[in-house]
Amino acid sequence: MKASHYWHCFVGIQTREWLRFWQQRTRFASALVRPLLWLVVFAAGFRAVLGISIIPPYETYITYETYIAPGLCGMIILFNSMQGALSMVYDRELGSMRVLLMSPLPRPFLLVTKLLAMGVVSIGQVYVFLVLALLVDVEPPLWGYLAVLPALILTSLMLGALGLLIATWIKQLENFAGVMNFVIFPMFFMSSALYPLWRMNEASPWLYWVCQFNPFTHAVEAIRFSLYLEWNPVAYGITAGVTVALALMATAGFRPQRTRILGGKPA
Amino acid sequence: MTIEARSLGFRYGDKPILREVSFTLTPGRFHALLGPNGAGKSTLFGLLTRLLALQQGDILMAGQSLKKQPADAMRQIGVVFQQNALDLDLTVRQNLQYHAALHGLSRKEARKRGDRELERFHLLERANDVVRQLNGGHRRRVEIARALLHEPTLLLLDEPTVGLDVASRKALNDHVRTLCEHDRLTVLWATHLIEEVREDDQVLILHQGQLLANGAGHAICEAEGTRDLAETFHSLTGAG
Repeated sequence: MKASHYWHCFVGIQTREWLRFWQQRTRFASALVRPLLWLVVFAAGFRAVLGISIIPPYETYITYETYIAPGLCGMIILFNSMQGALSMVYDRELGSMRVLLMSPLPRPFLLVTKLLAMGVVSIGQVYVFLVLALLVDVEPPLWGYLAVLPALILTSLMLGALGLLIATWIKQLENFAGVMNFVIFPMFFMSSALYPLWRMNEASPWLYWVCQFNPFTHAVEAIRFSLYLEWNPVAYGITAGVTVALALMATAGFRPQRTRILGGKPA
Repeated sequence: MTIEARSLGFRYGDKPILREVSFTLTPGRFHALLGPNGAGKSTLFGLLTRLLALQQGDILMAGQSLKKQPADAMRQIGVVFQQNALDLDLTVRQNLQYHAALHGLSRKEARKRGDRELERFHLLERANDVVRQLNGGHRRRVEIARALLHEPTLLLLDEPTVGLDVASRKALNDHVRTLCEHDRLTVLWATHLIEEVREDDQVLILHQGQLLANGAGHAICEAEGTRDLAETFHSLTGAG
């Protein structure tokens, strides 16, 4: 196969995802309600009880809204990635997956491209969220919006690959409620999305270490630091390493017979 | 292109689904894969399309092993699945372009080939319609047109008439036979409906994972001492 074949395939998968996004734009808009509620309602209530000291990458005292905005960006990607991965192997995307897997191009390339395409749509939502966050005075530097893009791409690929891995191999988590209870909520709450880790350490050292081992923590920190034009090599390095490992496992371990792609119940 | 299946075996856990299935598909011929529900037809399609990994045996396409040269093989195969594989919310043309892109075709080439196929299927005027607006028969035609976009030499159809009325079923069956004759396309048409099979077709009868008969329909009837394929099918499988 020539490089041009890969390129046309890549563009085709991206285009299809955007076409579907456009068809279902109301559903995508409603997906923004959740993080906005957290930002406007939850953060307003929490601000009163939680003081934030000056911690990097911030150079001054910040509002709680400013603190949780990067975590909520991660949350948008987390929900979308899990939902997208489940729909790939159990639900709405089954037809398109059958067509996808009939391509002569290598399966890992097809799956990573598909995950990236779903990620691009999530990232679009993150940017809309960040624009709306300006209304509650979450104002990162202008260049931060561009600098955060690689972190958002890595996060979406990491979580998409995790979702695909879970959806393919853990039969008990074949519905969204299961994934929400056993994957999304633990990942989100046991991370630095809602509270700084030093606070967590004060409250419970073992929880602090759980948060440290949670890759979502490092993805959120990579988003946070790049949004404020600071370089955090540890967060970036861990996120990139976990992304590569999960993408390899999810694509190499992908078995259509463990999904509903063939029709009927998974084996 | 000759397609040869050699001693295919497949099991889900301890349950055998296919046992020692071997056959050869003749280039440019219509082959009917006949079997009652649960015979193993979809599993066989899964193996031919690489959705299932080969456990035992091999499939050779023009002499090349599906295990060793999967990309070459996939370029030669067009597939129509039993379940709908169209994006209902996208237009007919958008669906075709997605498929073409997956086979590495440029947008320009995809448009050219897509329009050519749609014209052949008398669907060109529906190209910009959302698939959801099409009836079942037209959707199936779009799926066949799509499967032919990358100009395969083998067309696999897994119970393509499921859910269609009698007239649409016949029209679709006739249409694929015409393609087979005109384009020298090798066709494998899986069905459990005996009325979709003709006596001069190459017939493969699959039952409980085993190939019970393989040859020209009339030759099978002769060998079984039966009057027609319906009787043969009934005597071999107890179905029909």
